[in-house]
Amino acid sequence: MLVLTHGLLTSAGPFGQGVINFDLAALASRFWQSTIDGLEWGAVYALVAVGYTLVYGVLRLINFAHSEVFMLGLFAQYTALMMMGFAPGPRAYSEGVAMTVVYLLAAMVIAMTVSGTVAVGLERIAYRPLRKRNAPSLVFLITAIGASFVLQEFVHFVLPKLTDGKLGGLNAQVPIKLVQPKAQFSIGDGTVMNTTLIIVISALLLALATDLFINRTKFGRGIRAVAQDPTTATLMGVSRERIIITTFLVGGVLAGAAALLFSLKPAGASGIIFSGGFLLGIKAFCSAVLGGIGNLRGALLGGLLLGIAENWGQVVFGTQWKDVIAFVLLVLILMFRPTGILGESLGRARA
Amino acid sequence: MSTSTPAPNPSPNSASHPSSNSAPTPGPNPAPAPRTPVAIGDRLRLWWNALPRAGQWGLGVPFILLVATVPFWVPSALETKGYNFGYVMAQFGMTALIAIGLNVVVGQAGLLDLGYVGFYAVGAYSVALLTSPESPWRQTGPDGWLPDHWAWLAVLPVAMALTAISGLILGTPTLRLRGDYLAIVTLGFGEIVRLLADNLTDVTKGGQGLSQLASPILGATPTNPGGVFSAGNATGNPNNGTWWFWLSMIMIVIVLMFVGNLERSRVGRAWVAIREDEDAAEIMGVPTFKFKLWAFVIGAGIGGLSGALYAGQVGYVNPANFNVINSVLFLCAVVLGGQGNKLGVILGAFIIVYLPNYFLGRTDIFGMTIDGNAIAEYKYLFFGLALMVLMIFRPQGLIPVRQKLLHYGRQIYQAARRHTERGEATP
Repeated sequence: MLVLTHGLLTSAGPFGQGVINFDLAALASRFWQSTIDGLEWGAVYALVAVGYTLVYGVLRLINFAHSEVFMLGLFAQYTALMMMGFAPGPRAYSEGVAMTVVYLLAAMVIAMTVSGTVAVGLERIAYRPLRKRNAPSLVFLITAIGASFVLQEFVHFVLPKLTDGKLGGLNAQVPIKLVQPKAQFSIGDGTVMNTTLIIVISALLLALATDLFINRTKFGRGIRAVAQDPTTATLMGVSRERIIITTFLVGGVLAGAAALLFSLKPAGASGIIFSGGFLLGIKAFCSAVLGGIGNLRGALLGGLLLGIAENWGQVVFGTQWKDVIAFVLLVLILMFRPTGILGESLGRARA
Repeated sequence: MSTSTPAPNPSPNSASHPSSNSAPTPGPNPAPAPRTPVAIGDRLRLWWNALPRAGQWGLGVPFILLVATVPFWVPSALETKGYNFGYVMAQFGMTALIAIGLNVVVGQAGLLDLGYVGFYAVGAYSVALLTSPESPWRQTGPDGWLPDHWAWLAVLPVAMALTAISGLILGTPTLRLRGDYLAIVTLGFGEIVRLLADNLTDVTKGGQGLSQLASPILGATPTNPGGVFSAGNATGNPNNGTWWFWLSMIMIVIVLMFVGNLERSRVGRAWVAIREDEDAAEIMGVPTFKFKLWAFVIGAGIGGLSGALYAGQVGYVNPANFNVINSVLFLCAVVLGGQGNKLGVILGAFIIVYLPNYFLGRTDIFGMTIDGNAIAEYKYLFFGLALMVLMIFRPQGLIPVRQKLLHYGRQIYQAARRHTERGEATP
């Protein structure tokens, strides 16, 4: 895949040397570090991707506004930390391991609640009236884009007015740091930070929990049934509306969790801004497609793979091409294997 | 030319059949008075379509001239405060062109393109790269092959061709995808174009942008060597904004004739078929991929034309002007006006350009004190809300498109009209 990406970019035109690098030696020397960074990014992508995948599996709808659910999660955890008495600033707090975990968990729960509520609210307000009218899928997508704008601009303009300029607005929030990144151990040329460990392990735990929820519980069985065949599922006594709400809720909750984990990263902490969900949302969508949209385990795999591919790519081609790599990858996947690596069916995700 | 088909059509306009008494026509048409089963908008449409070609031109040309002179007679209550009215109209002209181009892709062929701003950018950057003194690929000046006075006009077809080719390059791999996937991939394309413009600093100067682009030189005087299209003609009436508005109106008329003829041709019928049901169209022998590609290429070319106009008027391009958020704004114009309806999308373009500019800098409306700047600032919020509300209550837009009997349209049309008149005469 990397070779193909390279071919496409350099054949785009006779651009000067130094604009697009092709430095495999750099990748060899920074292989482990970029892999570790990639896993860290990928864990966040994966959690957000679950939201896209579940909704797509059940409704055949790309919930374009899911990136804004994530963005509101970022703001929710930030607000929660402020309410617990933490102030934004350059230095990290040292509250001790136990208390830090408690604070972070509390912030995570609040972020999950807010994101989950927003996702469900979105479904109720924007999508449900369309479903009732049996609208074509493009109408859903346009509505989702509209909703995405409304949520972004709410944070951009309305939120600062409501909070005396403390939240929202044109600029990113000053980060609140609870965890000071510290090297724990090293693999090859890469060092593993404590934040990396928290992010990757929490994401894996949440993904495992979601997998169990989908595959082992009654609600999960309902989701799979509706994804497989809505009519038969209804005949078998599964309430489609309730399943749809649950699906949006699960996606939103995971996006909220992803928001807190993302904020532990230096890039995430300074990325709490109204437009902060957009790119990440697109990449999460790429991950979902890469793994096979509608497939839960595919979302996890796709997220991690995209994170790694992107970080390897930016070492090889130069950091400014990071986002282009993700988009090119998306186009390539859709061209050569539109069903993704694991295939696209939530209904058959039992495996 | 247009009459409602008897086919099951969910649009409320199918109720305009004379036998129907309900005629629920929401939107700009007021509720019909009793005993008039045909709503005003539909009457207008019936009347217009029944006119002979010469009559349509005879009424259309004065109307176009009337619109062209708007900057001279606009009442002060409707004047824009923040920017000169001529500039706003120039902006409207370009946006209308974009809306017409996007309408070919979204409205006629039913392909949701979220990266349309990418084509706009390609058109603008084609002009920039070929005419800016800062560009390494400059073709103006003593060494270049571009004429000194008409560099912009000479670049225009090049820009359109390059944009159409970029449409071909994007369309070939991606048009095998359906609906949602296509939307996301085109969104990615729009971002890639912007990121390329941002990152290829050797050529595009990155975020710094390219300036001093060529513009047409007409009516140059010693005091204003740039002519009426240049920034030197900023004051007075007609100023350079008005001149650009006129230029874009000429382009709009040409493009409208081109697109209108396409619509009535085999290509247009194929697009409608693809939009309504791609599988059925394929089975009936429509080469769907080919016609989707045509829609993409033609739409891209029109977007490039608009981009070239923009580059010429502003004289400066930088990547920040080609954000994806603009793509959505263009889409908003198309959806708001009525996907598939050329006049509708022009109205949509007018709304999205004029309304924010109307409020910008305005402090009172009908005697009430308002903060116009804040309202103008919130435009994306309002347009987002408008999209959501519109999709629920009026997905077909303000002026919806009609299902048309395209081939023998006019004859059938006049027969239907005679029938309508008789039906009304004997209630």
